[in-house]
Amino acid sequence: MEFLAYTLQQVVNGLQLGAIYALIALGYTMVYGVLRLINFAHGDIFMFGAFIAYYCIAKWQLPLGLVFVVTMASTAALGVLVEKIAYKPLRAAPNISVLITAVGVSLFLEYFLSLKSIFTPNYIAFPRPFDVEAYDLGPVALTNIQIIVFGVTAVSLLLLYLLVYRTKHGRAMRAVSHNRETASLMGINVDGVISFTFAVGTALAGIGGILYGFAYPQINVFMGIMPGIKSFIAAVLGGIGLVHGAVLGGLVIGVSEVFVSAFLSSTLRDGVIFIILILVLLLRPMGFFGKGRDKV
Amino acid sequence: MSFFAGARRFIVCCAIAYVLLKALFLTGLATQYVEQIVLYALVMIIASLGLNVIYGYTGQFSLGHAAFYGIGAYASALLTHVFAIDSVPLFLPVLLVAGLFTAAVGGLIGLPILKLRDDFLAIATLGFGMLVRTLLDNSDRVADLLGGSRGFIGIPRITSLELVFGVMAVLIPVTRNLIFSRYGLFWQCIKDDELASTAFGIDTGRMKSMAFTYGCFLAGVAGGLYAHLYTFLHPSNFDFLKSVDFLIIVIVGGMGSITGTIIAGLLWVGFIEGLRIVLPSGMLELRWVFIPIFLIILMMLRPYGLIHRTESRLLGIGRK
Repeated sequence: MEFLAYTLQQVVNGLQLGAIYALIALGYTMVYGVLRLINFAHGDIFMFGAFIAYYCIAKWQLPLGLVFVVTMASTAALGVLVEKIAYKPLRAAPNISVLITAVGVSLFLEYFLSLKSIFTPNYIAFPRPFDVEAYDLGPVALTNIQIIVFGVTAVSLLLLYLLVYRTKHGRAMRAVSHNRETASLMGINVDGVISFTFAVGTALAGIGGILYGFAYPQINVFMGIMPGIKSFIAAVLGGIGLVHGAVLGGLVIGVSEVFVSAFLSSTLRDGVIFIILILVLLLRPMGFFGKGRDKV
Repeated sequence: MSFFAGARRFIVCCAIAYVLLKALFLTGLATQYVEQIVLYALVMIIASLGLNVIYGYTGQFSLGHAAFYGIGAYASALLTHVFAIDSVPLFLPVLLVAGLFTAAVGGLIGLPILKLRDDFLAIATLGFGMLVRTLLDNSDRVADLLGGSRGFIGIPRITSLELVFGVMAVLIPVTRNLIFSRYGLFWQCIKDDELASTAFGIDTGRMKSMAFTYGCFLAGVAGGLYAHLYTFLHPSNFDFLKSVDFLIIVIVGGMGSITGTIIAGLLWVGFIEGLRIVLPSGMLELRWVFIPIFLIILMMLRPYGLIHRTESRLLGIGRK
């Protein structure tokens, strides 16, 4: 019984991590959908979001609602800026050149922001604007952080769903993702759609950054690397280019990571995630929900 | 014997470079620090050549080359420790075994992942690199000797100028001959158009795996030389940034150019070490701010590198 309760508690903890991965994975999957590009710098934009949130809370003491608004606006601005400066000139270039550029952008953001005059390379304690409370729900305990993480993620997903499937912008995004050339012939402003997609994707990464700060209150300029890669793996696991795939993939990766830490060893958790990636690429390269239209 | 006839010119060039460098070091014009850097640059060239075979010639993008370099380094260090080797003649078989072991690992991992298209292959190799890093960090659980995240200490210093030049004088002509052989042509075909290569009847799976295995072999040998040059190994020496180092050398030198790799390797290591001297210690962190900018600009202006598919006749690498 005790073991069952422990396992259930780990599932809850895993879902908390997984929700954050899902938010990051959405950015990967949407950008991949419209541009066929793995935006390597996405994890670093998530890191940027966590830092902006830190400044909002600790330095400027903004109310919680405004923290979300400012952070999302900043990460979206950074995302669009990166797209305009680094990726747009390479629209016609081979895939790998763009990927190498993305690696360059990622390294640049990490090392530029780690300069002493900016964010410094140190670990910084992230201040929670509220006290942690735990609620005992029979076999499992739920903290108010977990409730916030699940709540914010659910609302973001709902809004994203409405945006993608119920608005004109969303329809344009889906059209570009389906076939860029035909979409441009139908009078869709493809460059505008790409910028818009970057803005939405990186704003979600910003939300992820805030929630990560709440849940694991220590931030550092290199904190985006591993969550970034794991979220990408989550996107591949669910079927890259698919919104619901990214969400499911994120939750699965989060729960598996917490399980490995809880039952095996916390130093092995990164290794296991990559074994999952290799297995997925081998056995079902299109992911859970992929139709195989997109050859990997 | 025809191998040596073909590689005559390159071996002579190697010998001249060796005599010049040896003279510099013996007369004390160059310090031991400079010698260490020169040796390191040559080791980097051998490993980068491996990546050039994989990426530059065959077009299989790898972000995990440092992992193979690390496997070679750890394997060779373990072998010299187990057999208590501290002389060059006995070290040569160790180097060969370390290279072959790395090649075997590369071949095995390549079997599944080489089926993937370019950017997914990049993620898979990146993942493999991270996996190797995790395993190396935890290696002390298997054998305390490997040191885990404390690092592998107490490796004898065997790598010398003679050894490095000897290895280069053999491996570079071998690589050149492979590139100009039937197989090399297949590799370059696959890089240009994989679908058309299949249509011509090229066994693309086998050819890609062959190029990958050979590239890993070169990385493994270079890793062995590295381990016995610095006598200390740490998992952080074989992380993602190291893979980016190799990638930069290949891209700067030019994809599909041995000459380019040699020049770029020397320039790159010289540049990095030069910055250490020129920049004041507080500014050293600026290096990794400018390197990515350089990489981004390079991708915009010359996506195939500075020297693309041309070889130096002077060095005797070009087509006869």
